[in-house]
Amino acid sequence: MKQKQAFKYLSRYGILIAFLILIVLMSLLSPAFLKTTNIMNILRQTSINGIVAVGMTFVIILAGIDLSVGSVIALAAVIAASFAHAGDYPLIVPVFAGLITGALCGFINGFIIAKRKIAPFIMTLAMMTIARGAALVYTNGRPVIELSDAYNKIGGGYFLGIPLPVIIFIIIIFLGWFLLSKTVFGRHVYATGGNKTAAELSGIITGKIIIWVYTIAGILSGLAGIVLSSRVMSGSPATGQGYELDAIAAVVIGGTKLTGGVGSVFGTIVGVLIIGVMNNGLDLLNVSSYWQLVVKGIIILLAVVLEKKSPR
Amino acid sequence: MNNPDNTSCILEIQRLSKSFPGVLALDEVNLEACRGEIHALIGENGAGKSTLMKILAGIYQKDSGQILLKGQQVEIQNERHALQLGIAMVHQELNNFPEMTVAENIFAGREPSKWGILKKDALYSRAGILLQDFHLKIDPRVKMGKLSISEMQLVEIVKAVSCNAGILILDEPTSAISSNDADFLFEILQRLKVQGVAIIYISHKMEEVFRISDRITVLRDGKWIFTGNSAEITRDELIRKMVGRELKELFPERTAIQGETVLEVKNLTRKNVFTDVSLFLRKGEVLGIAGLVGSGRTEFIESVFGFPPADEGDILVMGKRVHINSPREAINNGFALVPEDRKLAGLNLLGSVLFNTTLAALSRFAGIGGIIHGKEEKLAAGFVARQLQVKSPDMNQLISNLSGGNQQKVVLAKWLLAQPAILLLDEPTRGIDIGAKSEIYQLINKLAMEGMSILMVSSEMAELMGLCDRIIAFRKGKVSREFVRSGFNQEQILSAIMN
Repeated sequence: MKQKQAFKYLSRYGILIAFLILIVLMSLLSPAFLKTTNIMNILRQTSINGIVAVGMTFVIILAGIDLSVGSVIALAAVIAASFAHAGDYPLIVPVFAGLITGALCGFINGFIIAKRKIAPFIMTLAMMTIARGAALVYTNGRPVIELSDAYNKIGGGYFLGIPLPVIIFIIIIFLGWFLLSKTVFGRHVYATGGNKTAAELSGIITGKIIIWVYTIAGILSGLAGIVLSSRVMSGSPATGQGYELDAIAAVVIGGTKLTGGVGSVFGTIVGVLIIGVMNNGLDLLNVSSYWQLVVKGIIILLAVVLEKKSPR
Repeated sequence: MNNPDNTSCILEIQRLSKSFPGVLALDEVNLEACRGEIHALIGENGAGKSTLMKILAGIYQKDSGQILLKGQQVEIQNERHALQLGIAMVHQELNNFPEMTVAENIFAGREPSKWGILKKDALYSRAGILLQDFHLKIDPRVKMGKLSISEMQLVEIVKAVSCNAGILILDEPTSAISSNDADFLFEILQRLKVQGVAIIYISHKMEEVFRISDRITVLRDGKWIFTGNSAEITRDELIRKMVGRELKELFPERTAIQGETVLEVKNLTRKNVFTDVSLFLRKGEVLGIAGLVGSGRTEFIESVFGFPPADEGDILVMGKRVHINSPREAINNGFALVPEDRKLAGLNLLGSVLFNTTLAALSRFAGIGGIIHGKEEKLAAGFVARQLQVKSPDMNQLISNLSGGNQQKVVLAKWLLAQPAILLLDEPTRGIDIGAKSEIYQLINKLAMEGMSILMVSSEMAELMGLCDRIIAFRKGKVSREFVRSGFNQEQILSAIMN
């Protein structure tokens, strides 16, 4: 009995424990690891994946998937950047343009999934190609450069010594957590993902929930596109590739099941940080980026295998 | 006691225990089954019947105790091992491949083949012979998903027997089939019995337990209570052993209050499902719908709830015509529906008791921006859970850890919180034990006394006759007859619903 309880405890907090072990391990292996600058660095590097992963958490709790994230990031990045040349428009315009681009892509995803009963995998796969193509068409395949200083501050600036992307990330974490665990909408997301028929019979208009969730994921992709283009001071139509997989990995490591109905923003954040710390640590240890991919894959596998072993 | 000869006992279970985190599910339980015997295993939900059978079928592993097969001690490793030992189980929730043919289902995992290549002719001819042996008119080439629930069950039994199973376990096989189909099932069980198969039969239905079983074993709260010959015990004694207390009467005294008409349904039609159904329901009235599985009774009650809406006809609430195109609109008009299948349609099994209890009434506990007031929510949920005597360690317990009866109470609690005027119940006591049944009957009666109008579908005639003020009989999607309480007559109602 005691053993079982210990195991249950371990499986519930296993990810957190793994994360702490990882930190201790890295700090022992590399003296540079625990320095403030390095920690800020990790947080800044993870913030974009983190913003996307919060949206992905909503989608996966809904038993869906969003493969279009990386392409929507690119489309939002080029559209936002195209309004961000110095002296053209106030900062609010490119920011809104980026967010609305993301929202629109997400809305289309959700609308077609909900109304036409298309599998999320297929719908967002189509959107992935469409948005990437649209970004290339819009820019003629060339990056949008010469952005205003104000715009470049979003990704490169600081507030009270903390990088702005990190602050944006923290705000998104809070909003995501609040929406999921404190509001009626959040409950309805869990209910729809857990058992759609029962949710509908309880008076939840599941179509509306689906559309909203994909729209939220789209807005967050748009936001990630803005932060990313601002940080590299250019809106590239080739940017954001593979971000959907990083986000899905973070969500899965964080214990959210792909079958829907369960999961949390907190778990996702730990997942995001594990990936971030690992990338950073392997960099510090001079492990080649090729090997880093192998290690990342193994960690995702381990997380899922551990999750499976937990008692029902 | 003319106990069957001990040497013929193919299965003996001795002092078997099993615990799950926080619960001792089985506490030193004994059970035996002999060749050519139908041994009924009964007990309230949560008594440990299913756990015991799942251990036999290799789904769970025991903690302690012994299982003897033909006198030899065995450790059942997994489901495959159980089958090799000759133990086959037909589950309450049927596990089959709906997209594969009947023959493919029967031989799943042991298809006739040569060098890995399927021998299709052999597959279908062997399946055909097996089905014929049982006098089943089922085409082995038809897809499993096209069969009715009772046909699927029979195919599963054929499959089990074709594995040379010496021990056949049936978990509530009649919970979802009509009485005609049940009769046919019993004939087949009798035949297997003659062939020397030991059958362990789990059921909640007293009538069939007495009708078909040779011996009865009662479990209560994970403990063995009683084993004896079916012919030597009365129904009342058995119920007393199951619940551990005297059940004064299953059905409460019904004193009908005739209020004004609350609901009127006029000529409701869904193509090929039900036609021209009209009825009315008064305030504080319990109206029953009797009908066979497939008579359109479930679809009718779901259409009243807008899931999906009917093609034609009118629904009037308090004399006003309402448009109900979705459950949301039904709820807004004061309806609530407790669906037939609580696991598929009533509950989110991944959620907690609290989550499921408040899901339909969340907006009552939410302020601006849809922010839920946690304290108010917990208070209201706790109140209604106590009112319905939901047995759960706490409100954050996963609903899937509760027994069927308690899960059903949570579905009812969910709708009581939403404060409906018209409560639609579809098989409200399906698959739950007699204690929980009685509590739900009391509740239905109390709600009606307090002025709620209740429309109830049920397969159990005793339930309808015990609770309802009127009963409407459904046959092939049409209302065939109406009965008022003073004129209730089981035979007449049965003949009104039979095809």
